[in-house]
Amino acid sequence: MRRDWKFYSQLGLTIVLCLFIVVPVVMSALAGVTVNVFKGLSSGLTLRWVFEVWDLYAQSILLSLGIAMACLVVTLLAGVPLAYVLVRRPSRMMRLFEELLTLPVAIPGLALALALLITYGGVSGYRSSWLFILTGHVLFTLPFMVRSVAAVMAAMDMKMLEEGAASLGAGFWRRFFGVIVPNAKPGILAGALMVVTLSIGEFNLTWMLHTPLTKTLPVGLADAYASMRLEIGSAYTLIFFVLIMPLLIAMQALADRGKRASRRIDTAEDTL
Amino acid sequence: MSSVEHIKEGRSRPSFPLSLLPLVFGRATPGAGSPAILALLMLPGLIIVAAFFAIPMALVAMRVADGPDGLATYFVILTNERYLASLIQTLVMSGGVTVTALILCGICGLFLVRNRFAGRNVITALLTLPLSFPGTVVGFMVIMLAGRQGVIGSVTDALWGEKIVFAYEITGLFVGYLYFSIPRVILAVMASAEKLDPQLEEAARSLGAPTWRVVKDVILPGLMPGLVSSGAICFATAMGAFGTAFTLATDIDVLPMVIYTEFTRNANIAVAAALSIALGAMTWAVLAAVRVFVGNGATSGTGGGA
Repeated sequence: MRRDWKFYSQLGLTIVLCLFIVVPVVMSALAGVTVNVFKGLSSGLTLRWVFEVWDLYAQSILLSLGIAMACLVVTLLAGVPLAYVLVRRPSRMMRLFEELLTLPVAIPGLALALALLITYGGVSGYRSSWLFILTGHVLFTLPFMVRSVAAVMAAMDMKMLEEGAASLGAGFWRRFFGVIVPNAKPGILAGALMVVTLSIGEFNLTWMLHTPLTKTLPVGLADAYASMRLEIGSAYTLIFFVLIMPLLIAMQALADRGKRASRRIDTAEDTL
Repeated sequence: MSSVEHIKEGRSRPSFPLSLLPLVFGRATPGAGSPAILALLMLPGLIIVAAFFAIPMALVAMRVADGPDGLATYFVILTNERYLASLIQTLVMSGGVTVTALILCGICGLFLVRNRFAGRNVITALLTLPLSFPGTVVGFMVIMLAGRQGVIGSVTDALWGEKIVFAYEITGLFVGYLYFSIPRVILAVMASAEKLDPQLEEAARSLGAPTWRVVKDVILPGLMPGLVSSGAICFATAMGAFGTAFTLATDIDVLPMVIYTEFTRNANIAVAAALSIALGAMTWAVLAAVRVFVGNGATSGTGGGA
């Protein structure tokens, strides 16, 4: 390909966009390990702020991880069977239900949180426990699990697999757990990563649903940004990055593998 | 069809509630579970959606209608000057962010798909970095960029001796939503650009079409579904986002902030509920319209956050 001024101007714009994304990330990561941000890097590097964040916010960080795991369990138990029914038996009523299921993604988290507060705010034991936050997270992440699993299920020839297994005498549950679930694994894995990532980062709903005793990681972040020194906020952000990065990389790798697999199928079909 | 099957399987006709199941699940297909098993599989999801979403939403809607102003509360967003101004401000900003993100990501996404050069994969990975940052973190990134200690401030201070700071106002919010939207739009553009047929472009060029015609008649129509669906998600997210504004400043008058203050500070629950239902209906309508326009599944997979 010819490399003229058009190539270089587009490259320039791409690099500027890339810097726009990366510079603040790097700056905040550095600020989190700098002795004094106002004096700059020359004041030296330290892990003091990271430890201080851990002392202050360990509970919210651990609560977030716990809620994310609980959210994963609930979305797996409810979402995988739901995806199966939606794919296997499409009907108008099912499509309507799917629309209802996806609605919590489309409407602002604030609206959802208000509805939950008005309905269940009076149930004191539930309102003040972490289960209240879990409810919001499940509503928000369940559609992602269902979509991800359903996409894989729709692409595989479920009818043939199931008929084959049935003709060999496998009952429904045997077919479901022995054939359907293993074949849907890529979708389940992608959905699981998505659910955990979204749950760890969820703020819109959680800010409204939390109590002083049930603060999650992003709620703690907002608190640190508002009332702590810049280094603490930065160190906290750094901890968040470290938590979320492996999840993002795993998601990217999974997507790449899926793309390569589908390309292999394409070329195989071309040669036929 | 279903009753025939029941006889074949040696069962008696199901009683009333069970006889409704085939109606819900469509026609029976061999190999799938029986309607009763399917209903059982659906049950957990059904309970979650009904108990924690459908019923609370219905209760809120009724609560608003029972309020002092009744159904008119829903239109307060149009009749109250302050709410209307905030609605317009939110609409204009969300639209602006969407258009800016589409133009920038359209150019860069197409460039990244069309060209192979050293560092291309790294750039792509970095551009999608903020995909799952919560709104609060995005707000903090804006402060890093344009806040009192930010890069832009330090650079302009060194160059002209004047610190440019715009993080804590609507411009900062605009930058934040752009930051948040870029990964989503760039992924969508790259996915549609990979499906474009380069031969079409070659053909147009060999027939003597100038570059702008190729872009307008060949490239843009090909990218359109991706642009429209990611633009819709961008717009909907910007309309409802709350964390970024919350981190930057609490006096930015975008609609989610107004709802938040009505609810927490003024305890004006009916108005807060009516405003949030109106906001929810608007964002849902945008997403639904786009799905009708570009076909089903277009708005899936992305979204969330901010």
